[in-house]
Amino acid sequence: MRVEEISTWVEDARKAFASASDLDSLKAARLAHAGDKSPIALASRGLGSLSPEDKASFGKLIGDAKAAIADALAQATAILEAERDHKVLLEEVVDISLPVNRSHRGGLHPISIIKNEVSDFFIEQGFAVEEGPELESGWLNFDALNIPADHPARTMQDTFFIEPLESGMVLRTHTSPVQIRTMLTQQPPIYVVCPGRTFRADELDATHSPVFHQVEGLVIDKGITMAHLKGTLDNFARHMFGPDVTTRLRPSFFPFTEPSAEVDIYFNNRWIEWGGCGMVNPKVLATCGIDTDVYGGFAFGMGLERTLMVRHGITDMHDIVEGDLRFTRQFGVGL
Amino acid sequence: MRAPLSWLKEFVDIPASITPEQISDGLIRVGFEVEEIIKQGADLTGPLKFAKVLSIEEITEFKKPIRYVGLDCGEGETRFVICGATNFAVGDLVVAALPGAVLPGDFKIGARETYGKSSNGMICSARELGISDDHAGIMVFAQDEVTIGADAIEVLQINDVIFDIAVNPDRGYALSIRGVAREVAGSLNLNFTDPVDALRTLKFEEKGKGVTAKIGEKSSASVFYLRTLSNFDPSAKTPIWMRRRIEKMGMRSISLVVDVTNYVMLELGQPLHAFDKAKIKGGLTIKRAGTTQKFVTLDGVERTLDPNDLMVCDDEQPLALAGTMGGLSSEITETTTDIALEAVHFCEVCIAKNSRRHKLSSEASRRLERSVDPSLAEFASARFVQLLTAHSSAQHVATVVDGEPIYAPLVTIDPAYVSRILGFDVPAKQVAELLRAIGCDVDEKSFTIDPPSWRADLLTAADFTEEVARMIGFDKIPSVLPPRPLHATLTPTQKRRRAVATMLASRGFAEVQTFPFTNQSTIDSMGFVGERASTYKVANPMSEEFPLMRVHLVPGLIEVAQRNISRGAKDFAIFEMGSIFRSPQKLVPAISPDLSKRPDQQIIDEIFKSVPVQGYHVAGLLVGKIENENWQGKARSYNWQDAIAYAQDVLALCNLEWSVARSDLAPWHPGRCAELIVNGKAVAHAGELHPRIVAAYGLPERSVAFAVALNALPESELVRPTTVGTMPAAVQDVALIVDSAVSAGDLQAALREGAGNLLESITLFDRYDKIGDGKVSLAFTLVFRAPDRTLTGEEVSAMREAATAVAAAKFGAIVRTA
Repeated sequence: MRVEEISTWVEDARKAFASASDLDSLKAARLAHAGDKSPIALASRGLGSLSPEDKASFGKLIGDAKAAIADALAQATAILEAERDHKVLLEEVVDISLPVNRSHRGGLHPISIIKNEVSDFFIEQGFAVEEGPELESGWLNFDALNIPADHPARTMQDTFFIEPLESGMVLRTHTSPVQIRTMLTQQPPIYVVCPGRTFRADELDATHSPVFHQVEGLVIDKGITMAHLKGTLDNFARHMFGPDVTTRLRPSFFPFTEPSAEVDIYFNNRWIEWGGCGMVNPKVLATCGIDTDVYGGFAFGMGLERTLMVRHGITDMHDIVEGDLRFTRQFGVGL
Repeated sequence: MRAPLSWLKEFVDIPASITPEQISDGLIRVGFEVEEIIKQGADLTGPLKFAKVLSIEEITEFKKPIRYVGLDCGEGETRFVICGATNFAVGDLVVAALPGAVLPGDFKIGARETYGKSSNGMICSARELGISDDHAGIMVFAQDEVTIGADAIEVLQINDVIFDIAVNPDRGYALSIRGVAREVAGSLNLNFTDPVDALRTLKFEEKGKGVTAKIGEKSSASVFYLRTLSNFDPSAKTPIWMRRRIEKMGMRSISLVVDVTNYVMLELGQPLHAFDKAKIKGGLTIKRAGTTQKFVTLDGVERTLDPNDLMVCDDEQPLALAGTMGGLSSEITETTTDIALEAVHFCEVCIAKNSRRHKLSSEASRRLERSVDPSLAEFASARFVQLLTAHSSAQHVATVVDGEPIYAPLVTIDPAYVSRILGFDVPAKQVAELLRAIGCDVDEKSFTIDPPSWRADLLTAADFTEEVARMIGFDKIPSVLPPRPLHATLTPTQKRRRAVATMLASRGFAEVQTFPFTNQSTIDSMGFVGERASTYKVANPMSEEFPLMRVHLVPGLIEVAQRNISRGAKDFAIFEMGSIFRSPQKLVPAISPDLSKRPDQQIIDEIFKSVPVQGYHVAGLLVGKIENENWQGKARSYNWQDAIAYAQDVLALCNLEWSVARSDLAPWHPGRCAELIVNGKAVAHAGELHPRIVAAYGLPERSVAFAVALNALPESELVRPTTVGTMPAAVQDVALIVDSAVSAGDLQAALREGAGNLLESITLFDRYDKIGDGKVSLAFTLVFRAPDRTLTGEEVSAMREAATAVAAAKFGAIVRTA
């Protein structure tokens, strides 16, 4: 046994492993160069017959050589296994552009989405969300709001009345009765918004619907001014229409507020009527038992359909009320 | 309300440098929405001349009558034009557009050959000139009205700017040129002359006995002026300038007397009514209709009177529906020579009721129900006499007055209130100045305010605050956020509704919102009965087809489904969340407490209680296939299990526990409807729709639906979780044979009861109904786990046998062996 021979075995093994083109030929090379009958295995077995000095020196050489061969084998195996795996994965390639989702696409109604959005905005501002019945007492819908019977203001709103007429029950013409309910059941300070469905006997057309939605806000606190109303509306408008929107208050008339104003927004290069607002009429506060020497407040109200139509560029109310899936699905869940 | 600039200028010094747009902005700033600025004549260029008709040649060989007309346009020679109108004769004066003129619509007039003749211009109608919608024919004038060859654009005052203004109900005074002019002057800080000032000193000679005037019921009117005139020549014509102003206001010229009443109303805001004195028997009295049944108004309509209708009557019968419309029997006619002119300050509510009861909103009633300056009964009727006597032979005979004007009371306010409400400082002195600008007298020491006669709406400090803000400009109000509570949150109910909607939407349901109206035949076809079928009726529904309030959400969903199917949709799921209106509660008569203070708590509670409870439901409708069919293959159809599963998911989302029972409830299939019970109360129903309904509404076969009464769900309790065990689970399968009438739910409950408290879960994993004999095999996987130890085989077998023993005892279940 010679030292040179051992290094040749290592070299031969490395070459053979490196030239193996697949795992099968590597297996043959392994048997030839690292198997039981390989030169290095035979030499290893022959160590016993050597002198103690030779045993020690050749033993180390053979041990190193075996380690080198094993290392080369491991390397070659790793390379060939990776090649094989890669080939298998290539064969398993699919067309990931195929339509894969079979489930129906759902969505919230856009009015629900905008109602949630408005509610969330005001919740963040510290306002609670109050709701009330749609079939409502006429006293809460009109009288308590300083809209007496036979006042022209009552004819401003084409009311749906419920039989028998003596009951005075109506389908609420605005969400304002929720404000009255709130003032009759809670103590100031009051900070609430009231979103909800409302009714007026208007024919359904591109911009009107007999069934529609409003959101109203009511604040009753000490030292509340019209400047607070303006600030709240500015903030609300920016949230709904973006930071560049500007608002304008115009003197107007509502029986339940005095002073009263229309609120317009300048959006997409034109003035658009958005809603009504004003300082809560002291008569209304008195009816609700709120001490007008201590407390004052403001209220405002907008149509949700109108807000939605203006912001999203919707031109036909029919799309909002008909429930066509193709329309609603475009809004997702409002995220 | 319209307001021509030319008329406004009579009362406001408007410099030529101020544009119509600036006037419009000024009106908007003080609360008058300008809906349109009409620039009359802007699209019209002359020459437009008055011409006399010299000759008419009728040309008959065409389908319509054609005239070849010879005109004297003051040019020294006859001009011939073709004309299609026939409402004129030789000698009449007409308006001719000469070649070179351009009429509205970019209609260029030139000399041209037509109908075999050469036409050198056009005879015009008012409509063609863009000054009226009247297209009855061409405009015709009498000999003495206009001059041949004069410029018609100037004489007819065509070039003008007309503001179309929306007037709020509290500002009746602005339904007049006087009122609008005052607002223009106030907003733009211009000089204003009140036309009433010139009328205050007007006196007419009493030449005889006038028709008597009486207010029969003090509360129905405060002051009644009745002026009698005689010697009127009914052939008198309305001067062109007056006629044109009336037309610019959107009304029509009728006759001189009627035109003057309308002119004065438009100018000052006080409606007037002229009676033919010859038709009045005795004197005039304002009183209720009482037993009188019928009355014919001057529009020719016979109206059935309400006993409470306020009328102006003579000694025998009603002659006018007060403040609303005159009567046919006493109207001014072509033979009227003596006139009784009525000017009354009526009670606003009386006129509002008159108008509402007869669905008759007139120019008069619109003004009177919004309140008119009470001093105007005198001055407007004087203005009528002034104008009519100036433009006709009429003479004043006598003026009779009953009652006297009642003005708004003096009001004392704290001027600091204004700053406190507006949020910026307005010194008391400025408050006084601004209130004077709108016509108030202000004593600055006591701050006692005497509002002007035309402002019956100024009664409280808040009213004056609005006036001050209006005059300063709402744009001067600063923008400041109010102090606010630090925290608010949605209520558990609101959070729950939102979570349910979002869950359904993210699981393939599209939300819909339908009108909550229905009808009896829908209720009947759904099979609703008893309390579930009773509801409230709308007295004045949009459509007689849907007069009732809905009792359930599913019918609305079916309607939307039909619409979507008709538009091509096949497979989908939709849901709606909203109120339903079943009427177990009889409505009580309206409770209407006094408004000046908070009603007693008991009254408030009664009002709240008088409003019926309105259920709040969520319902879903699932039609067609559960998935979209595509290259991946076919999909199964929605079935009853899906509907029940979604209903259960709603309850699970709310963290509630429920049991399931079979139900037979409309509108579901009597054998395929589940009732979900929470705390002993049925809160949801789900399953297959009744096949009769599916067929009747053309839905795909076996469409399914669920409905959950969200308002009936209890609040979720605080979760107190059990510790999660880490010991290994022991799994046991059992298959039981039972009668097919035994429900899987009941059998599972029996197993659970027998298995004891170490049973962690139980799952039905197989159902086999082909064994015959009316039997069915149900196989369950039972998972046992102890919190503190590994269960032994003996323990597990014992628990399994205990479970099957209860199933055997309760339902005769036989354990199926392999």
